[in-house]
Amino acid sequence: MLFDRPRAVNVDLQTDATLQVDISDALSERDKVKFTVHTKSTLPNFKQNEFSVVRQHEEFIWLHDSFVENEEYAGYIIPPAPPRPDFDASREKLQKLGEGEGSMTKEEFTKMKQELEAEYLAIFKKTVAMHEVFLCRVAAHPVLRKDMNFHVFLEYNQDLSVRGKNKREKMEDFFKNVVKSADGVLVAGVKDVDDFFEHEKTFLLEYHNRVKDASSKSDRMIRSHKSAADDINRIASTLYTLGTQDSTDVCKFFLKVSELFEKTRKIEARVAADEDLKLADLLKYYLRESQAAKDLLYRRGRALVDYENANKALDKARAKNKDVLQAETSQQVCCQKFEKISESAKQELIDFKTRRVAAFRKNLVELAELELKHAKGNLQLLQSCVGVLKGDT
Amino acid sequence: MKMATSSERSPPPFPEDLEPEPDEVGDQDSDDGEDIFLGTDNPLEIKMDPSLSVSDITSSTKPLSEASSPPVMDLLSEPASEASSAPMVDLLMEPASEGSSAPMVDILSEPASEASSAPMVDLLMEPASEGSSAPMVDLLMEPASEASSAPMMNLLMEPASEASSAPMMNLLMEPASDDLKEPPKPDIDPLADIINDTPLSEGKTPVAAMPQEPPSDLFDDEPSELFAEPRQSNTAKQQQTSIFDEPDEDLFSEPLGEASKKPQNDFFKEALAPVAKASNVCGPLSDNYNEHPTDIFTEEAITTLPSAVSTVSVNSKTNGVHSDEEEPDIFAEATVELSLDSPRNDRKKKEAAKPSASASAPAPSVSASASKPQPKTLEELEEEVEDKFELNISITNPEKVGDGMNAYMAYKVSTQTTLPMFRSKTFTVRRRFSDFLGLYEKLSDKHTLNGYIVPPPPEKSIMGMTKVKVGKEDNSSAEFVERRRAALERYLQRVVFHPSLLQDPDVREFLERDDMPRAHNTQALSGAGFLKMINRATDSLSKMTIKMNESDVWFEEKLQEVEAEDQQLRKLHIMVDSLVGHRKELSVNTGGFAKSVAMLGSSEDNTALSRALSQLAEVEDKMEQLHQEQAASDSFCFAELLADYIRLLGSVRASFDQRMKTWQRWQDAQNMLQKKRETEAKLLWANKPDKLQQAKDDITEWEAKVTQYERDFDRVSATVRKEVLRFEKEKARDFKKQIIKYLESLLQSQQQLIKYWEAFLPEAKAIA
Repeated sequence: MLFDRPRAVNVDLQTDATLQVDISDALSERDKVKFTVHTKSTLPNFKQNEFSVVRQHEEFIWLHDSFVENEEYAGYIIPPAPPRPDFDASREKLQKLGEGEGSMTKEEFTKMKQELEAEYLAIFKKTVAMHEVFLCRVAAHPVLRKDMNFHVFLEYNQDLSVRGKNKREKMEDFFKNVVKSADGVLVAGVKDVDDFFEHEKTFLLEYHNRVKDASSKSDRMIRSHKSAADDINRIASTLYTLGTQDSTDVCKFFLKVSELFEKTRKIEARVAADEDLKLADLLKYYLRESQAAKDLLYRRGRALVDYENANKALDKARAKNKDVLQAETSQQVCCQKFEKISESAKQELIDFKTRRVAAFRKNLVELAELELKHAKGNLQLLQSCVGVLKGDT
Repeated sequence: MKMATSSERSPPPFPEDLEPEPDEVGDQDSDDGEDIFLGTDNPLEIKMDPSLSVSDITSSTKPLSEASSPPVMDLLSEPASEASSAPMVDLLMEPASEGSSAPMVDILSEPASEASSAPMVDLLMEPASEGSSAPMVDLLMEPASEASSAPMMNLLMEPASEASSAPMMNLLMEPASDDLKEPPKPDIDPLADIINDTPLSEGKTPVAAMPQEPPSDLFDDEPSELFAEPRQSNTAKQQQTSIFDEPDEDLFSEPLGEASKKPQNDFFKEALAPVAKASNVCGPLSDNYNEHPTDIFTEEAITTLPSAVSTVSVNSKTNGVHSDEEEPDIFAEATVELSLDSPRNDRKKKEAAKPSASASAPAPSVSASASKPQPKTLEELEEEVEDKFELNISITNPEKVGDGMNAYMAYKVSTQTTLPMFRSKTFTVRRRFSDFLGLYEKLSDKHTLNGYIVPPPPEKSIMGMTKVKVGKEDNSSAEFVERRRAALERYLQRVVFHPSLLQDPDVREFLERDDMPRAHNTQALSGAGFLKMINRATDSLSKMTIKMNESDVWFEEKLQEVEAEDQQLRKLHIMVDSLVGHRKELSVNTGGFAKSVAMLGSSEDNTALSRALSQLAEVEDKMEQLHQEQAASDSFCFAELLADYIRLLGSVRASFDQRMKTWQRWQDAQNMLQKKRETEAKLLWANKPDKLQQAKDDITEWEAKVTQYERDFDRVSATVRKEVLRFEKEKARDFKKQIIKYLESLLQSQQQLIKYWEAFLPEAKAIA
């Protein structure tokens, strides 16, 4: 399946003509999605000004992980990795539909099929958008954009032969995560010397939890909205069947109402889809972004703890007059690391806030406008329909 | 026309009919019958009496009696002349045909000029003797006039060569016209002439004399001729006319007299008139054979019409027996009957009937609404009935009575009406749910048999009620109560909007009576409930076994339509229910989201964004409300409508089933008859004369049954058809009304939505 290039950016990025990345195409092949990453750049380290490569989700993850693992980037908010494309639910539904074909009328079947296809398309577009956002964020980042891996990712027109993690690695990751979160709790408990970071820490902790909550709630809300729209759709088709039974007055009436419902359900479905895109995706993105920011704070906290420990170790070494030099070096390293992280982290967090506010503004305005547009469309439909129906009776 | 065919078919068996019928009827009203019965036995004596009393009659009565005399003649003379049985059937309104036509045949077939004359005389004499002039006048003036005239008209119209119909018209018109004066005339021109000559002009002359002598003459001499002659020759119309001029008058005076007498005599005041008249019409005829007017009447009622169900019960009770209370009923019923009848009759009849309608115009509202539509087509009729309906019912103030598991909800049933059948204009009673069920049981027992679509009440809900009983004052139980209240209201409105059900005394009792006896057997788990279940099971079993070879495509198609529709509606109902569910879920989830957003806003450290988020939370809060309201209107406007109609379609199917059952009965009887005939043939062959008589009797009996059942079937068919048409009209109206209402609710919530988002937009833009 081929799709148009989606345009849904949840983050406000300074556009920079020197490096522009987007996903110009996406291709769904069974359970794999192939994204065509299109780059336009004037940077000297690219061979050409404009080029495209095909990338898969795993390669995005590889890129993300390479950022995370790079100590150099400890002081930056690493753009959150895009979520795994998940078409399972939608596919399953499509399959069920195929099985249930016999028990439905032709109209119902076509309608259901259209519905599911639309759903599939929406998920697809979202997936593409999230992957694109990731790349854009990287491309817009003053430091990350210069990363070699990123450049390879963009330019190397062969398979990066990134393999998925094997079991052992997954286990390792899991343990790492456990350790990290346990450590995170420890580190978080340490009182920060810097008020800014102390404030950011408490803010992010709370914010993350709440945005998580809001995100799941919005998902639920949208899901029930979609179900309601589906119901309206089914009501419309049943009304249609009722209306085609004969040609009496009531039947014509039913047909008209069915037509109306058919239209309103489209609008309702659009409302749900737009809420999904503008609201749920925004929240989801900031759920991940705030996680990334928390991670940054964790790294800084870790560095701080390390630094403090190094200080203590140095004091001890001095007291014992033993290994002082080594302790001094390590204290120096820790200090540098901490200061470097703190320096960039401050800017990163300020940027994060700016981006967030801008993104929320953009999305909320768009959301309100779309809601208005749909509600007005709906209202007009209803008004004209009620007018016609009343005229008839 | 189906009717025509059936009536044509019927004649042959009639003679045999006579015996079985009287028996049946006689059982019902044997008491009342006695008097009249005697009368028939001693026709002569009775004749004399009346004549004497007639002379006593005041001047006012005379005109009436005169006026009325011609029609009677017509009745008798015409039908008789024209293949006597067929026209008669028409006269009496199909069903009635049994009673009336049969007698006719009798008269003719039997040597019975005397027999026939006797009852006639009775009829006539009695009223006269009573000096019931007042009632007569009333009769004519009031709704009665319409009621009576209509049937009469119909009666006469069809069978009738013009000549005959005309006189009838006049008859009726004139009496009516006492007040109204001329209305009838214009329409009836040809007839009018005839009538003018005799009855009208003579209106003031003392009639007393007329009845005295002519009756005897008539009956003794003329009837025999009349009946005998026309019977053989169908073309005897002209003769008839001539016949009318003279003998008719007398005849006529009789029936009218009877009519007037009866009301006064037995029970009622003027109101009864229509009924009485109706009975009159067939009365004289059917009297011929040992039947008492009452009986005839009841019979007629039974056979007459679908609507007659109610009549039957009422009449059988009321006739002779009581009682001021009942009069409105009878009265009303009679009118309804008529109005229902007329649409069934031919166009011609309707046209002919018009004058009667116009004549009746001044009559009270009930009759007006009921009778006016007569000349119109069925649909028009119904519409008008509905439009003119002056009965508003509302159910309010659901109130919990008692505690624990014995608690129940009582509802206030308020009625506002201008219908004269009610004692006052506004009244309220308290009813509990089982009362509503009880009302349905009563109505359904009486009316379903005749093919009526009796609106079903909302279902019992043990779950919902238990919640209420337990006393949880939560949302769902309040919603349950409100839902039920609305459903009961719609149910009751459907009942009273049904022109025939409204006339049922139980309905009135339900609306009016303060101390309603507790309805029994409505408990779902009671013994009676169990019995009902079993009955239903056997019913559905027999339904499966009956293989009806449908003669009428209309029914076949309609039944299929109804079934398909039922299926679709059920499907739709499930979907709307699911929509309601999802909408409620949406409402809850929106509420949850609103809270989350509010929290998010509170932790947001950008002031403008924080503000915007809390505004968003407010918008979502309102949306929660909106979705909830929308869910309620999904449920109340849409889902409930569907639930109602799923139940109603059940009743529609029940009426189709009823038709099938009557058909089955008819077929069974035919088979039986066939068997009996075979037995007879065998006996003949075997030459066993002793058993032959028994076999012949059997045949006669079964022939009568076959005819009876066939007519039942035709009648039920006609009722079902009419009911289905009515149902469809009402359905169309209901659906349109409710769905438009529903769409309007959607429209409103969209308007609210726009308002909310419009208020939010500047807030979002203000984020900096």
